[in-house]
Order: sequence, then C-alpha cells, then structure tokens
Amino acid sequence: MSIVELERSSAASSRLRIIDCDIHPAMTSWTEVHPYLARQWIDHLSIYGSHLRHAFSEALSHPRMSPDAARVDAYPEEGGPPGSSLELMRRQHLDPNGVVTGMLIPLRWNPGSQRNLDFGAALTQAMNTWQVERWVKNEPRLRASVLIAQEDTDASVAEIDARAGDPNFTQILILPKTDEPFGRRRYWPIFEAAVRSNLPIAIHVGGTNGHPSTGGGWASYYMEEHHTVAETMQAILTSLVFEGVFERFPQLRVVIMEGGLGWIPSLTARMDKHWSRLRSEVPHLKRPPSEYIRRQVWFTTQPMEEPGSAAQLIDLFDRIGWDRLLFSTDYPHWDFDDPRYAFRANLSEAQRDQILFGNARAFYGLP
Amino acid sequence: MADGEMANAERPARYAGAIDCDLHPAVPGMNVLLPYLDEYWREMVSVRALDRLNLTLTSYPQNAPLSCRPDWKPADGAKPGASLQAMQEHVLDRYQQRFGILNCLYGAQVMHSEDMAAAFCRATNDWIRDEWLSRDPRLRASIVIAAHNTELAVAEIERRADDMRFVQVLMLVSGEITLGRRQLWPIYRVAEKLGLPIGVHAGSAYRYAPTAVGWPSYFVEDYVSQSAAFENQLQSMISEGVFAKFPALKVVAIESGLTWLSGFAWRADKTWKGVRAEVPWVTRAPSEIVREHVRFTVQPIDAADEAAAILRLIDHLRSDELFLFSTDYPHWQFDGDAALPDGLSEGLLRKIVCDNALATYPRLMKADRAMEIAV
Amino acid sequence: MARHVVATVDDIPPGQRMLVKVGGREIGIFNVGGEYFAVSNRCPHEGASLCKGRVVGLVESSEPGSYQFSRRGELLRCPWHGWEFDLRTGKSWCEPDRTKVRSYDLKVESGGALVEGELQAETFPVLIEKQYVVIEV
Repeated sequence: MSIVELERSSAASSRLRIIDCDIHPAMTSWTEVHPYLARQWIDHLSIYGSHLRHAFSEALSHPRMSPDAARVDAYPEEGGPPGSSLELMRRQHLDPNGVVTGMLIPLRWNPGSQRNLDFGAALTQAMNTWQVERWVKNEPRLRASVLIAQEDTDASVAEIDARAGDPNFTQILILPKTDEPFGRRRYWPIFEAAVRSNLPIAIHVGGTNGHPSTGGGWASYYMEEHHTVAETMQAILTSLVFEGVFERFPQLRVVIMEGGLGWIPSLTARMDKHWSRLRSEVPHLKRPPSEYIRRQVWFTTQPMEEPGSAAQLIDLFDRIGWDRLLFSTDYPHWDFDDPRYAFRANLSEAQRDQILFGNARAFYGLP
Repeated sequence: MADGEMANAERPARYAGAIDCDLHPAVPGMNVLLPYLDEYWREMVSVRALDRLNLTLTSYPQNAPLSCRPDWKPADGAKPGASLQAMQEHVLDRYQQRFGILNCLYGAQVMHSEDMAAAFCRATNDWIRDEWLSRDPRLRASIVIAAHNTELAVAEIERRADDMRFVQVLMLVSGEITLGRRQLWPIYRVAEKLGLPIGVHAGSAYRYAPTAVGWPSYFVEDYVSQSAAFENQLQSMISEGVFAKFPALKVVAIESGLTWLSGFAWRADKTWKGVRAEVPWVTRAPSEIVREHVRFTVQPIDAADEAAAILRLIDHLRSDELFLFSTDYPHWQFDGDAALPDGLSEGLLRKIVCDNALATYPRLMKADRAMEIAV
Repeated sequence: MARHVVATVDDIPPGQRMLVKVGGREIGIFNVGGEYFAVSNRCPHEGASLCKGRVVGLVESSEPGSYQFSRRGELLRCPWHGWEFDLRTGKSWCEPDRTKVRSYDLKVESGGALVEGELQAETFPVLIEKQYVVIEV
C-alpha cells in the first residue's frame, strides 16, 4: 500500500480548545510495567497472567470489528498498538484537536476484575505509577486516573489514600462490571475514601464479572455486546441511586464514561416513577432519583448520539442538562468522536465551549 | 359510593371500544389446575404437596405496591386478578373494552423441569380457556409456554392453533437464553405460521443476575432494570436475524416502559452502520425493523409528562402505529382513569386504543366470526 | 471542471491506492482489479481520513447464518467507525440514499493524448509513451 502522507491542515484547530475526558494509553510491550511491579508479580504476570471470569485469559469475549478496537489510522509507524506512542498521540490528536487536558483511562488487564485480588491490587498500583512516569511526566496536558481493584476494598482504599493529593491524578477509575452492583454496601469504604480525597469516581465501560451480558443470557454478536454497554451503565447508576450512595455521600461525584447519552432521560424518569410507588422499600432515599443524578452524576459524550434531527439532539441535551456533559473522544478507539464533527446540531459558541471545555474544567477543578 | 358501584355516567368515553393488550388473570391456587393435569401430575401435586408451594414470581411480589393498585385490591383478601368479575368491573366494563388480552404470569413458565413446566403451562391455558375466555366473549389470551423446551412449547402452541381466542404467545423478557437465539426459532416459526405475535412480557426466570453488574439488592432496582432487559432482548432478536428469518413475525413488548425506545433506536442504528458485516442478514436499520415488526403496550409510560413522551416517541420513531393500549390490570401503573394521558389527538387516540391492536393481532376478529358460524 | 494528471498507471498497481491533493482537495485513488476509482479523503460521517481505511469485499446474506461474499476489494471501510462505502459509486452501503462520499471521474489516458490536449499536468512531466490517471475535479 502506498499512501502519500499529507500535512493535516491545522488552520481550524487553532480555534479548538477541549478537555478530552477519555483517552486510552497503551503499552508497547507489557514489560513497561515491570519497573513498577515487585519481582513476585512480574513472575506471576508472566507465568499465570490474567485470570478472569470468562473463557479467554487475555482476549475480549466478543472480538471487535476493528483490530485492537482501534482506529485503523492510529498505529504508530515504529510499531506498537494504537495509543502506545505519545508522539503519535500528540501529532494525531492532542495538537490538532486543541486538547488542553486529557484524562488517561488505561484498560489493560482489567485489574479490578482479576480473580486473584492481590495480583489485581499490585497491577493497579503499577499501572497508576506507569501512567505518571510514562505519560503525565512527559506530557503536561495529560492526567492520570487512580485505578483500583474494587473487590478488595482495603487495598482500594489504601491506593486512593496513597494517591490523594497527587495533582497528577484527577479521579478514581473503576469499570462497571464489578462482582456485585457497585452501589452495594461492601463498596462503601471506597466512596468514603473518594470523598475524603476529594476525587470523583469515573466509571468507564468494561470489566468482566462472570455475569452474562444481559439478564437473559449472553450476547452472541459484537453488535449486541456493544449495545449492552449502555444497559450496564444504566444498571450501575440505578444501583448507586437506590442503594443510597448519593444520599449517604452527598459530596461524591461520579462520571459515567462511554455509556451513551440516549437512555439518560428515560431511565431517570423510570427511576422516579417507580420509586414514587415503591419508596417504602428504600426509605433511606430522601429525594427522587432524578435529583441525585442531577446533583452528583456527569456523563462523557462519546459515543455521541445521532438522532434523526438536530432538534432531537438539542432536546436530548436539554433534558440531560447541558452542564452534565463532559466531552470525550475515546482516542484511539474505533468509535472516536472528532470534536469538530461529533455534534449533529448547530451549537452556539457558548454551548460548544461548555461541553468541549467548560464543564470538565469545573468538574475536575482545573485552572 | 360503595365499592363496586360505578355510575354509568362516570365512565370515561375516550376508551370505548378499546383493546386492552395487557391484563393479568391470576391463578388463585394450583388446585384450579388439577382438572387439567393427567393422573401422574395430579399424583405429584398431592404427594409432593406442590399445591402448597407459593409460586409467586420474584418479579411481582404479591403485596408490593406495583402488583396491585390499592382500589383494585379484593376486599376479601383474594389474589389480585383472580376474579373475572372484578376485572370486568374495574376495566372491561368501565372502559367499555371491545377486547382484552390476558397475559397470565404464573410460575409454571419458569420451573426448571421442562416436563413439569410444560404440563402446568398446558393446564394453565386450559384453565384460562374455561374460566375466562368462555365466560366473557371479549376476552382473548396469550398462550403461556415454557420456552426452555422448544419442542414442548411448539406442541402447546399448535394445540391452541384452532382456538382463535388465543391470539399471542407469551414469553418473559429474561429467560434462559437471549430471545434471538436460533434454539428458540421453532417457536417463532410456528407463531409466524399461525399469525400469533410473540408477546414479550416484563419479568424474569432469574436464571442469571438480572443485570450485567450482578444482583441488585432491591425489588425496585429489578423492576427498573426491566426496560434495559427489553433493550437487550430486542437487540438480540434483531442481531440474530429473527425478523429476517420470519418476515411476517410480530413482537409485542409488554409492560416495557416505552421511553427507552428512542435511545435504543439511535444506538442500534449507529452501531449497525459500523458493524454490518458481522450480521449481514440485518439488511436495514434496526429502527426500521422495529417500525415494521415490533409493537409496545403503553403502560407504564416512563415519563412525567406522558402525552409529551408519546408524541416524542412518534417523532423519534417516525410512526404512530407502534403503541397499543393497555391498563396492565391489576398492576399499579396509573391512578383513576388515566390509562392514557390527556392531550392526544382523536386520531392518535383511536390508533392507540384500537386500530394498532387490530393490525397487530390478526386473530382478534377471527374468534368472533368463528363463534358466529358455530351459532 | 478541470482535468488533472495525478499519477502514472504504474504508480497504483491493482489492489493499491494513492492519496493525492488536487485543487486543495485530498483525494484517494484506488485500483480495483485494473479499474480506477477516486473518492474524497473525507468521510461524510465525522471527517476521518477515509482513504486510510481498509478495502474490503461485500458480504451479503440470504438468511441468518449464511454469508455471501463478493466484490472483493470494492468497498472501502472508514478507518474510524467502519462505515462501508462502495468505491464504484461512493455510496454508503447502509444508507445509499442519504450518505455518500464524494467521488470523482477518472480516466486513463496516454501521454500522447495529454500532450496534445488542453490539460493541466501540474506535478507530472508527461511522457508520450506512458499511461496516466486523469481526474476530473
């Protein structure tokens, strides 16, 4: 294949400024974490590897339609998977797309899903340090997330406390497929630590917990599995609301990442409706679910919804709340949203800036 | 006014002629099924005291507020929905319904033993026929099946083929396998052949955790998760090619919550465009497939402003033929006579209340004609 | 409409592609089994560099479980969201009536004809004995 590489026009980019709330850094080789892992775990990783609740130890249960679930044009020339080259990330994304700050969301190994809890905890510590050493220290626009192995709440709290106050980290990160719905009381020490350290909790699609894709069995196709991502986010949000996490931790802030937006108004209304009849079951809730969501939950925008008309998109944003939306690209994944073209509606300058930049700046307390 | 006295003048006229697509008759106790069981099963009931088992579904705890509207609760403590007379008074007569479709949610459907489940589902359908369908000419029913043995389920459906009062096949939204799977296709094949829509009803066999994130603590969470279950199972049916394979098949989503449909259509369409090659038998956008093949009963409507919600859905899905009137009796989804919100045009009201159901259930009218001929 | 010489036929063998810039536009030229097609490099969905995507065949199906494969190498899959575009028509496979990538007419012409005609051969010295890909923009 011969392709003449042309300079990408950067004229338009000078007007863009965005905070990208979802960037996935990758390792060129998994040995990159070695400096941050004890010898015991280096050996364990090599000999036993990932140990999850599904058939494959490394591969995703449902293969994607694009290799590495990535944009085809995001492979570094020097080799390595998409997202592994800082230089390419800068050239292809950070620079032309006006990224002022980018939040790192590392997904390798699903440490929170590892059945071996000590191994999972060790991986989270290593990957948190890896984020800083390999990425944040070399690129001032990037920030890291505190990965935790949530099934071991002691280790999770220790890791949160260890990273609290470190400005390289802007949030705690879990993947929603936890052993039990994340609102369950066994996880509450994590919420306590989050509030104590003044870090929001980001919930990004992923994880494996042994539960099927749906309440009625496993998805066969990737087309289905990709859809269940939205329902998974609905379930975790429902759990956080009805378990009373938001009631008990009014300072807690949560951002739901990559779950889609189209379901938010309908699920919120559904929660309100059925709570109003069934509230005797959950007397610990003092407010309607929609109020908790309005106060304490934010949503990243990718994958952007593409309704039938611009008016429908605006209506959707109106109903979610314009201040709830945090722009994200999901670079370098295949369903990447380009900040210029992702919105299929005419937004005013102010609206655009709010979603692309202002909301995240307020949410993360950035300068 | 005493309980049960309804002044004619107070009946809301707007529902006159309605086809109620979601009524729940309750099996008062297993004893009523005994006449319809063979000797072996009657013996089992007796020896194992199966009739002392409380087969209340976890999906509908008997006394939970959702399960029965307070003013529909039988004064004598009987099971809500067990009385035909009460159903007539509360909805069939009150709303001057033309037809009412019975969806019986009885535990037989989810018993693990396939033979037991099939035997009791058969008995349930026989009982519905004799104690409900034959006692009120307005009534129609879904055929209750245990989907986990498709051979027995197909036999049960075929058994009812000639009784036009059975108008639909009833399945729970969360069963043992996702609803699109090929193992279930014999059921869809016979349903398509006989002009029976598949009625997918809220509720779970609880073979798995109700959500992909595990087992929620509270019933309200389980019930809230039903709308997500419909999204998932509808996506399964579309992706697996059920509608490609059975082009005349219709599916009715019953008690689903409705407003989730917009987000579903947007996401499903967007995903399809990127992954089409995985499922090349999906030859058009999922929302188009829904428009042609899937219908939705209206109660509950997950929205504070229900009229606006219906109009929004019509705009998003570009069809006013999707919605079927239902009271979900005796579940508590609305108060008073607000089975449908005010603010709908006369034309739209007629479609929702009557026309859409007539178009969806081809067997509805045939029973009348059959009875006329018999007379 | 201006005609531009953009390449010799040897530059783009069968199965290969070349990205060129003509009149300020980025255009991808694809050789599909000896036939040339030209499409804009900009995906109409979200502006991805379309021509960095994979060229694929067409899979159709008469019923679930059956896969009919044809037209090898004639569809272009956007490198981002994977939308399939028919290289022959520029149309999106999923919504041919609504979405299409701009396509351009192409001809193969001999050097002799070009030298004699009124033509812009902006970046190419045209030799009479060679064959050239000429695009109309």
